[in-house]
Amino acid sequence: MMRMQPHSEFQGSPVPASAAPIAIELSEASVTFGRGPRAVPALSTTTLRIADGEFVALVGPSGCGKSTILRLVSGLVQPTSGVVIVGGREVAARALRVGMAFQNPTMLPWMTIERNIMLPLKIVEPFRSQFRKLRKSEFRDKANALLEQVGLKGFGNRYPWQLSGGMLQRANLCRALIHEPRMLLLDEPFGALDQFTREELWSILQDLWIAHKPTVLLVTHDLREAAFLGSRICVMSARPGRILDDSRVTFERPRTVAMTFEPDFVALNQKLRAFIEDARTASKDASAAQGAA
Amino acid sequence: MPEFDYRQKAWSAGLIVLFFVAWELFCLMTGMSDLVLPRPSQVFVTLFEKFPILWPHILQTLATTMIGFVLGVGLGVVLGAVIGVSKTAYDTAYPLLVGFSSIPKVAVVPIFVLWFGSGTVPAVLTALSICFFPIVVNIATGLATTEPELEDVLKALGASKLDILWNVGLPRTMPFFFASLKVAISYAFVGAVLSETVASNRGIGNVMMTASSNFNVPLVFAGLFVLAGLGVALYVIFSAIEGRVTGWATRKNDMIAT
Repeated sequence: MMRMQPHSEFQGSPVPASAAPIAIELSEASVTFGRGPRAVPALSTTTLRIADGEFVALVGPSGCGKSTILRLVSGLVQPTSGVVIVGGREVAARALRVGMAFQNPTMLPWMTIERNIMLPLKIVEPFRSQFRKLRKSEFRDKANALLEQVGLKGFGNRYPWQLSGGMLQRANLCRALIHEPRMLLLDEPFGALDQFTREELWSILQDLWIAHKPTVLLVTHDLREAAFLGSRICVMSARPGRILDDSRVTFERPRTVAMTFEPDFVALNQKLRAFIEDARTASKDASAAQGAA
Repeated sequence: MPEFDYRQKAWSAGLIVLFFVAWELFCLMTGMSDLVLPRPSQVFVTLFEKFPILWPHILQTLATTMIGFVLGVGLGVVLGAVIGVSKTAYDTAYPLLVGFSSIPKVAVVPIFVLWFGSGTVPAVLTALSICFFPIVVNIATGLATTEPELEDVLKALGASKLDILWNVGLPRTMPFFFASLKVAISYAFVGAVLSETVASNRGIGNVMMTASSNFNVPLVFAGLFVLAGLGVALYVIFSAIEGRVTGWATRKNDMIAT
């Protein structure tokens, strides 16, 4: 039977439990956009360590800096203070082989799905230099193998507008994985999908993770999604965000949608919910106090 | 690919024929002098008889138009790319471009004649200056509207600005580009003829000018017909290329998979 061992630390610095090497490390990193009186703090000083191969879900009220963490790790944003170390190196302007997927699948309309998925291979070394030679054979097989894994076998030669939203999001996952990234950064990838498609894609993503074991950082506002997919869930406070709680989720894998209705799972959900409720009220009180002052 | 709709084409052809028939009947019934408005049948006869004389002028006008057009497209693409890549450049350069494009090009022809003498050069330059603006605007707009998420996905892979421009930006602008080509080719044509009319001894514009001062009104109209025919031909050619290259942008909705 499944068991949940809440391993919670309130406001402490989260520590990965496994002995695997650290893949992502934020040490006292903070981000502020803009300068002077118009500066907007997006992320309070945050420390977070994620082990290689972990699946971490980030949840929190909207606008709390979840996406900022993702952008920090991918190198799209530089920390205002502190250090971000990814794959043993400080994140500089040049990012490493990271796979990213957003809520909007952004497939290029003039390319077939197969060629869309192969796009990262045109950019990332060592594939880049082999692209001309191999795209007809090896790379295509690779793309089609991934498509098969997400249940899109035979759709490679379709154009994006011939596919439904759920299918496009699966293709989006394939594009994020084609260059065999060690790290997968997902920003509410299933946010725009209906409930059933979303649950179906949870299982697909879980299977992909079990098969490839990348380090995954998933930003989501769906607590069931976080509990279904994550090995670890970090709850963030309202803006400027910081990590309030860091729990390990130990339900057996592969998890099923049926499991999400079991008491343990529901209890975890309610716990997460309470955290976010508190964070929301706290931020409302704070702004009310500020308004009164 | 857009389907070839025969019924639609038949209606279009019918309308053209109807237009000429109405014109012919109008002239016959009102007894209009051919010094004022010649009948289309007279114009076609003149066109046929004078065709050997007209031919070199047609070639001249076509050549100046195409040279001006090609140069205008080149200039337009480069300027559009430079402006479109950066928002600051876009906002900074826009007023100047709008100002330049608002100048009536008739007013510029005398300046070109002053600098380069009359003939082919001012015609090419007028064609260029009149046709490059829609291209700049369309290329710049196409580049400026690239989805930020996609840029992030590629940047996170370590893509350079050039990678993004080549793989995403430029293909994205193609529908805008070809739409602007259709406009630009007509503009270039107007520009070339305009300049020939004012300052040249060759080209269809000049033929029409000379014919009108000789009161050879059917020949003036023959010149107009030639211009209309060339304009349509060039438009059709560029539409066909557009359909081939950017068919993805004008897809049919009924092809969505279940």
